[in-house]
Amino acid sequence: MTIDTAKAPATMENQEPSPGAMMRKRVFSHWGFMIGAIVLIAIFLMALLAPYISPGDPFDQVLSRKLIPPIWSDSAKATWDHPLGTDHLGRDYMTRLFYGARISLLIGFGAMLISGVIGTTLGVLAGYYGGRVDMVVNFIITTRLSMPVVLVALAVVSIVGSSLTVVIWVLGLLIWDRFAVVMRSATQQVRALDFVTSAQALGCSTPRILLTEVMPNITNHLIVIATLEMAHAILLEAALSFLGLGVQPPEPSWGLMISEAKGMIFFDPWLITIPGLALFALVLSINLLGDGIRDVTAPENRN
Amino acid sequence: MLYYTLKRLGVAVLVAITVSVLSFSMIYLSGDPAVALAGEGASNEDIENVRRVYGFDQPIIVQYGSWLVQALQGNLGHSNYLKAPVASVIFERLPTTMLLGACSLAFALLLAIPLGVVAAIRPNSILDRAALSVAVVGQAMPSFWFALTLILWFGITWRLLPITGTDSWKNFIMPSMALGYYLTPAVMRLTRAGMLEVLSSDYIRTARAKGLRPMTVLFKHALRNAIIPVVSLAAVQFGFMLGGSIVIETIFAINGLGYLAWESIQRADLPMMQAIVLVLSIFYILLTFLADMLNAFLDPRIRVA
Repeated sequence: MTIDTAKAPATMENQEPSPGAMMRKRVFSHWGFMIGAIVLIAIFLMALLAPYISPGDPFDQVLSRKLIPPIWSDSAKATWDHPLGTDHLGRDYMTRLFYGARISLLIGFGAMLISGVIGTTLGVLAGYYGGRVDMVVNFIITTRLSMPVVLVALAVVSIVGSSLTVVIWVLGLLIWDRFAVVMRSATQQVRALDFVTSAQALGCSTPRILLTEVMPNITNHLIVIATLEMAHAILLEAALSFLGLGVQPPEPSWGLMISEAKGMIFFDPWLITIPGLALFALVLSINLLGDGIRDVTAPENRN
Repeated sequence: MLYYTLKRLGVAVLVAITVSVLSFSMIYLSGDPAVALAGEGASNEDIENVRRVYGFDQPIIVQYGSWLVQALQGNLGHSNYLKAPVASVIFERLPTTMLLGACSLAFALLLAIPLGVVAAIRPNSILDRAALSVAVVGQAMPSFWFALTLILWFGITWRLLPITGTDSWKNFIMPSMALGYYLTPAVMRLTRAGMLEVLSSDYIRTARAKGLRPMTVLFKHALRNAIIPVVSLAAVQFGFMLGGSIVIETIFAINGLGYLAWESIQRADLPMMQAIVLVLSIFYILLTFLADMLNAFLDPRIRVA
């Protein structure tokens, strides 16, 4: 006698939740992921809608209204016209903060894309072919790691000349190492699995195996590294701009805003605190999101 | 062991040569280095003179060869801004940066290893989560902003520590915190993971079963084994830290290699920039080589691979 499973009554109680529902449950119960996602979306909207929600113009200098403190200070000068105050040239600080989010996100995303393409290509090729290819890629990674990133980026930017595009390219060409290292080991694990072997036995071409068999199985690692590297690029851009070799004035980069406020640390420290907190919130939210994606897609890797 | 050492040494030398080629070719990124060196408003005759004096009229491979031979003899070029040999200026500044690096490393290890151990004793407890949030926060904080915040609190509001210079040991407290905090997360996570693995192993159970005191088990048996990967991570991170000291040294006006690098970039002092990149890279290569050797010595399985 065979058991006819189709006849078993399908009630809500004995049904397994669908994979989609389980995933949704994991996502919504992961507080790090949720906080990261909400903060990041808020900053993204801030950047996107900057022209519509800003109280002023990021470049408009009103020298008669310079160094107005933010609204929560005790000073009588504080006014709702400038909720976060104004800088040493009388520019509205909140407006510059909103526009600065655009620069950070743009550079972070651009540098992440460039480094992602370079690093993933190198890593997947090394992991899939192994042997000589692996040796060469490993050598390239070691060489790249031995050169100090901040110093080389500063030197190259100073020689080539600074602009938004130059900063994105220099950072993108420098920070691909973690992509390569992680993609290499992820590919090595996938390469040995049965479905790759059977695709080889079926006579699939190598590009096809890499694109349709290997890549989909390492995508979750790729997303995690992409978030980490985006955060890394944002921090590096801020450091370059802080040292005067990244985004150039009068553009409102957060690192540059901190650098411009350096001299005012004695009497107007909020000029440093506000963009610093913004930078901190952005990088923290991206990192939390990345950790969250790792936990949700591969709960077994949590520790 | 000998075969492994030779192989590893060969790779290190090859990497060093590649880095030297890269830092040599940095000068050509600007197009014609003779024009850049002669400065604005130089006549064609001046530019030709510069070209001849610096040897830019030679084929590139010849230029690289003579530069390398000179570098191997300890002559890293001549700074056209400071009017002094590059090597002597660098070695004058290097000890300050080394001291800063060592203090930062000490700060990071003293903070991260206890946190990692505490976190591993009770995984997922409140202490573990607190230690983990220290790591997450550390990773997200821009080092220069952290440095300025330290200055604001300890230097200006409470007037406890000097803000700039290198006059006394007090000057090194804030820079070491600012530079060292950046590597705390990585060391903490690695210590925690290592301790978790070791604590679940059989010999720890045996040690506990024979009635040793928990502290003895924790520090004498577990930590000693869990700390091995931390040693090589620390060596590698020390190299990264010397590269990152440029930001911190600039903020605190510490007269080390990082500050020198920043000054040289401002002055467009190409030979100095080249030499600093080369020296820091070689130093990093040396550190990773030593870390690998130490690991192979401690763990015989690595030697065979």
